[in-house]
Amino acid sequence: MREEWKDFVGGKWDHEVNVRDFIQKNYTQYDGDESFLADATQNTKDLWDMVMDLTKKEREAGGVLDMDTKTVSTITSHGPGYLDKSKETIVGFQTDKPFKRSMQPYGGIRMAEKACSDNGYEVDPEISEFFSTHRKTHNAGCFDAYNQEMRACRSSHIITGLPDAYGRGRIIGDYRRVALYGIDRLIEDKEAQKASTGRVMTDDVIRLREELSEQMVALKLMKEMAASYGCDISKPASNVQEAIQAVYFGYLSAVKEQNGAAMSLGRTSTFLDCYAQRDLKNGTFTEEQIQEFVDHFIMKLRLIKFARTPEYNQIFAGDPVWVTESLAGVGVDGRHMVTKMSFRYLHTLENLGASPEPNLTVLWSPRLPEGFKKYCAKISITTSSIQYENDELMRVTHGDDYGIACCVSSMVIGKQMQFFGARANVAKCLLYALNGGVDEVTKKQVGPKYRPVVGDYLEYDDVWEKFMDMLEWQADVYVNTLNIIHYMHDKYCYERAQMALHDRDVLRYFATGVAGLSIVADSLSAIKYGKVKVIRDEDGIITDFETTGDFPKYGNDDDRVDEIAQSVVHRFMTAIRRHHTYRDGVPTTSILTITSNVTYGKATGNTPDGRRKGQPFAPGANPMHGRDTHGAVASLASVSKLPFNDAQDGISNTFTIIPGALGKEDQVFAGDIELDLNK
Amino acid sequence: MKGYIHSIESFGTVDGPGVRFVVFFQGCPMRCKYCHNPDTWELNTGKQMDVSEILEAFERNQSFYTTGGITATGGEPMMQLDFLTELFEECKRRKIHTCLDTSGIAYNSGNRDHVAKVDRLLQSTDLVMLDIKHIDAEEHIELCKQPNDQILAFAEHLSERDVPVWIRHVVVPGITDNEEYLFRLGYFIGGLKTLKALDVLPYHTMGETKYDKLGMDYVLKGVPAMDKNKVVEKKEIILNGIRKRRDELKK
Repeated sequence: MREEWKDFVGGKWDHEVNVRDFIQKNYTQYDGDESFLADATQNTKDLWDMVMDLTKKEREAGGVLDMDTKTVSTITSHGPGYLDKSKETIVGFQTDKPFKRSMQPYGGIRMAEKACSDNGYEVDPEISEFFSTHRKTHNAGCFDAYNQEMRACRSSHIITGLPDAYGRGRIIGDYRRVALYGIDRLIEDKEAQKASTGRVMTDDVIRLREELSEQMVALKLMKEMAASYGCDISKPASNVQEAIQAVYFGYLSAVKEQNGAAMSLGRTSTFLDCYAQRDLKNGTFTEEQIQEFVDHFIMKLRLIKFARTPEYNQIFAGDPVWVTESLAGVGVDGRHMVTKMSFRYLHTLENLGASPEPNLTVLWSPRLPEGFKKYCAKISITTSSIQYENDELMRVTHGDDYGIACCVSSMVIGKQMQFFGARANVAKCLLYALNGGVDEVTKKQVGPKYRPVVGDYLEYDDVWEKFMDMLEWQADVYVNTLNIIHYMHDKYCYERAQMALHDRDVLRYFATGVAGLSIVADSLSAIKYGKVKVIRDEDGIITDFETTGDFPKYGNDDDRVDEIAQSVVHRFMTAIRRHHTYRDGVPTTSILTITSNVTYGKATGNTPDGRRKGQPFAPGANPMHGRDTHGAVASLASVSKLPFNDAQDGISNTFTIIPGALGKEDQVFAGDIELDLNK
Repeated sequence: MKGYIHSIESFGTVDGPGVRFVVFFQGCPMRCKYCHNPDTWELNTGKQMDVSEILEAFERNQSFYTTGGITATGGEPMMQLDFLTELFEECKRRKIHTCLDTSGIAYNSGNRDHVAKVDRLLQSTDLVMLDIKHIDAEEHIELCKQPNDQILAFAEHLSERDVPVWIRHVVVPGITDNEEYLFRLGYFIGGLKTLKALDVLPYHTMGETKYDKLGMDYVLKGVPAMDKNKVVEKKEIILNGIRKRRDELKK
């Protein structure tokens, strides 16, 4: 074994790239509470003060403090940047200074230009010229291949948020590999992969060989970039500080080259704890020092910034990076995977204060140790900054080394990736079914000229059949559009840094998504159980409804309507599955619009459930606001009936509750009165 | 048998221990000025449900209630004593924790048959949350349009029958925040040997909009919500009353 691996238990991982095996052989479970944690050091506080000061300046400057307009960002395009070199234990920024946003035109030059001009900057004309005439972008490629129908669907918002003008994101490199093996070993591995490709030069083999070469270039550049900060990542990390730094350099390389819709980190904490445990045992570092490394690492993750347009920020309600880190969970052997490092990551929310980024996500299981559960609850109460996901559900298909990209997209780290696919607006599709493909807002013929409904009242069987036909059409045009997008993204905006930290043969999820599910379920329920009269405008287009009679509403644990929601998801997914997908992508779908539901609602007319034109959709798989009248359990029960098999990319439910409704305040409620009296 | 049910809340967190499935019974003879559920007053109306229907809804999501159970509230659940007993007895057969949230107003200590029925109910009741609106007899009538003698008798009955009791008390500015009353309340409940907890609730004005919607007059219009921090002091006065009584009992 190599010197850097001394004291680690060997296994498959020491002669093949296999981080999971390393973790399973070496991690130490922690069943205790948070009492071992260390507070922020003075250096941490000083650095954070600087960050807060810069944040204030950024806000005062209108949201952007500085933008690069001359240098196209690559892994090595910028020299080292620091907050205060003497105090930072983990280093590295996307550009040569903090809060300066990099320029990334490969997704689309117009988007890059607009991101600058909207914030009062101008891209160097030479760069604009170069990316308009000499070097094609992903965005230009997509529009070269789109047909009329795709363009119409795009502008009428029946398919929305497509990643055809910006980076698709949702790919998580296995950044831990940089720490465990060092770059040199990873390059050797990639050489071997390239030597092992098929001998017949088909399109696939040619593309793979070219990509592997790109990946090796990225690995070499990572090493160079690290060297500019005075760090050598050619060899494995020899302690926890080096390990965190190496993981971060891997991640930093990715965000220097990709302004993706979600740039997630993976599942790093239990991996890093193996190093921390060894260092504590050998006296290399103290708990306080280790917490300081973690605090500085998290601080860096909070400062990842991209150049974006106001429209983009509107879709995503802000400027999210989705630096999602997945914590805890349970291993396939039944051991929980909570380590001291799981606590240290959450503790940054106390040492640095609450923050939406990185998106700390606890993979929840009833089998997590009590001490950790209690600490999670405590941090949730004080910071509202933890996301929870169901490990019991995902472990079945993904095992114990998967991570979450963005908010709910699960994938096995280093072995699977995703082609992000935005959303199909199924509420609008239902209206197209009623109007024979005519858009209810623009009055244009967007979908196929199927027969519209006739008569004054909607009849369930008739509407259902028409809706299914239209849904089939929507799935067709949607998947075809995505095929173009991902083809072009691979061609013009390839994620070489992230893919360098994957196996040769990755499983590609072909993600799609649904928006407006609860509206469709309630609308169909209104048609089935109530009475819905249509109101046509002067052109004979149905633009409004008169709904009378009570009908069951999704969100009340009522099977009559919940089953409608289930079958819509199932039929949509079935339609998607019948398609050819680019690079044999495995189709999945998600019901997870956490923020964009507002934008989608704006573009959708009146619906039979009583929702008015322009009103927001419910987020994700949520019931429509105010219609779940039987309390939270019934509401959650409706959501939990949606079939995960048909929505494997994730089902989200946004749950908000006033603190008082979650239980008694200690001070008012005396609890066990006998104890209280003895005080 | 069917009961008249106002509604069901599947996620109750303040109506007994743990997460609770809360059944709101329809009908109540009290007319408390601050009642925030006036829509539950009228008797013999609402949705008719039988025990199996209620428990089926509970059991669909039973995993949420592992540390909680079912709470009967209202309205006044004891107005439908037979149905309530049937519900709780079936709960106990299915090993579900039962909690009765009551004002005690339906209790009638002078009627032996009635007391026997109540005793049968109590055998299937794990916890009673007794809401004492006011300790003073006259003030109670002023506040709730009903006397409190049977309510206090019910409290003592629970103590004799060894049924665990939580006492709830709403503190309303100018009505129940008087120190003497609070102390007297404490002194009274200090004598209950099965008293397990004291829940002092600050009066809030959220019920007001409901009255508007129902086209009813809200008598307490203009009375401000109770300051949460002050409630902690009020609770201390009640606790002092309990302490005094307990000290006396020790001697």
